[in-house]
Amino acid sequence: MGGKATRESFGEALVRAGSDERVWALDGDLMKSTFTHLFREAHPDRFVECGIAEKNMIGVAAGLALAGKVPFAASFACFIANRLEVIRMSVGYSNVNARLVGTHAGIGIGDDGASQMGLEDIAAMRALPNMAVLQPADDRETQQTVAYLVEHEGPAYLRLTRQKLDDVNDDSYRFEFGRAVQLRDGNDVCLIGTGATVQEALRAADELEKEGVSARVLNVHTIKPIDADAIVAAAADCKRIVTVEDHNVAGGLGSAVAEVVAQSNGARVTILGVRDYGQSGSPDELYEAYGISARHVAQAARSLIERER
Amino acid sequence: MAQLTQTENRDALVKQLEEEARQLRIEDIKMLVKAGSGHPGGTLSAAEMIAALYLHKLRLRPEEPEWPDRDRFILSKGHCVPIVYAALARVGTIPREWLDTLRKFGSPLQGHPDRQRCPGIEANTGSLGQGLSIAVGLATASHHDQSPWRVYCMMGDGEMQSGHIWEAAMLAGRRTLPNLVGILDNNQVQQSLKVKEILDIDPVAQKFRDFNWHVREINGHDVGECLDALDEAETVTDRPTMIVSHTVKGKGVSWMELNPDWHGKAPSEEEGEIAIAELEGRIDAEESKRRFEALGKGGK
Repeated sequence: MGGKATRESFGEALVRAGSDERVWALDGDLMKSTFTHLFREAHPDRFVECGIAEKNMIGVAAGLALAGKVPFAASFACFIANRLEVIRMSVGYSNVNARLVGTHAGIGIGDDGASQMGLEDIAAMRALPNMAVLQPADDRETQQTVAYLVEHEGPAYLRLTRQKLDDVNDDSYRFEFGRAVQLRDGNDVCLIGTGATVQEALRAADELEKEGVSARVLNVHTIKPIDADAIVAAAADCKRIVTVEDHNVAGGLGSAVAEVVAQSNGARVTILGVRDYGQSGSPDELYEAYGISARHVAQAARSLIERER
Repeated sequence: MAQLTQTENRDALVKQLEEEARQLRIEDIKMLVKAGSGHPGGTLSAAEMIAALYLHKLRLRPEEPEWPDRDRFILSKGHCVPIVYAALARVGTIPREWLDTLRKFGSPLQGHPDRQRCPGIEANTGSLGQGLSIAVGLATASHHDQSPWRVYCMMGDGEMQSGHIWEAAMLAGRRTLPNLVGILDNNQVQQSLKVKEILDIDPVAQKFRDFNWHVREINGHDVGECLDALDEAETVTDRPTMIVSHTVKGKGVSWMELNPDWHGKAPSEEEGEIAIAELEGRIDAEESKRRFEALGKGGK
């Protein structure tokens, strides 16, 4: 895996966003892991170190937001999502402009193992009615997402990777909130990824192309509100959809896609995701072992196509 | 009505606020009876402090609830919001008629505070332990911007059992926020039993001192002491202030006082009439208790 980790892109983008005086950063003693230490160096008076106390960090962010600030509270995805009750009340139900940033998403963190792997955060955040859920797939997309989030109205959750990701977007890329990005056109099958799994979907599309299978690839950076138009179009054009995510199969990208497909004229959907708590290992090993690597995506696509032959 | 300002005669102010507190209690009981549910105990214990804040201390423009320079009041013990609704109606932020709709479908007066439905409510609370963090965030913003507004956060003693409170207390003390005032409505009783019986929080004043708060302990049913403590908090420039307000849950209705049964149960219409008669001074505590007990014997 080449490129850059989206957590690092976030840290850099947040420093630039900090030229807007409303922007604050909050840390729970993980600043060097979430890259908010860059903001601390650039804008020390708007950095709040909360210590290992994420409930309070999220509540303080809510208070800052109520005072008109745009706070970004960052920690590992697992530590953010597991303060769901505070997020529900003080951020979601209170409808404040707080941004919760969960880095180290999924099994892609590798060696640290299951205790540090956020695998249920998307499901939890999606269940909050007004919470936007975003997961950019590369450096460029992350930078633009952070800039967008300064202006977004309402609460938002931003999910980021520990591991480095390939660039999937080119120079002409422009982030549009709520709009999926079609990276490849195709009509035999649609491969849908988010964050770290977009590059897996692209690699799978390369493999399938060699076999004469035309795969569309969608990058769903905004998981909520999801781009229903793009998914309905994929269902109509391709009839077969494979979703892939570094998150539990329940309640994540695959669920969000399936909810849209269920209300369309239909398509077969295979949901690839994690079904366990994870373990230590390299990201590549883990993606292979837990069934979300490019090879698994391609195989799932072949199975869908073969079922109808 | 406008808020009461400090008159030359402080005793007169105290007397007025005592009367306001009494009226808030009566309003509170009427609301709960109409609603058929709610939390009388913790609303009654807070009446003097709520009167001192809303009718005098808070920097507000009652008809302009979004005024940027207003003081912020966060009710962390969100289930006690009816007494705040009564105060908001008294100062004119919300219409008096709204009080009759408490807890009804479509009402701006939700069972717990909802800032998007009710003007004058600053934050949604009701999941105990969360309010102080929000107050710390607000105070951090105001302090950073050198804004004139201050932040007040009222908590219950039961929620001192939540670790979340102490996360916020530690940060507020560390950041030495001088514009933050916590008020602990120390009414001794929580939902099931006395606080001491569930999980004792004492010495709670010392705990806040240890976290670098200025602490003042008062009799929370003495309006003069409430005013003194709120005034004193403004003179503390190097740390947040915690007013440990020793109160009696259910204060003012003799048969509710310190009785956990009245944590989360509304009085019936007949019970409400007795409670109001006692609050209005038409009957004494003995007579009130006698009538209340007679109701039970009447086999309703």
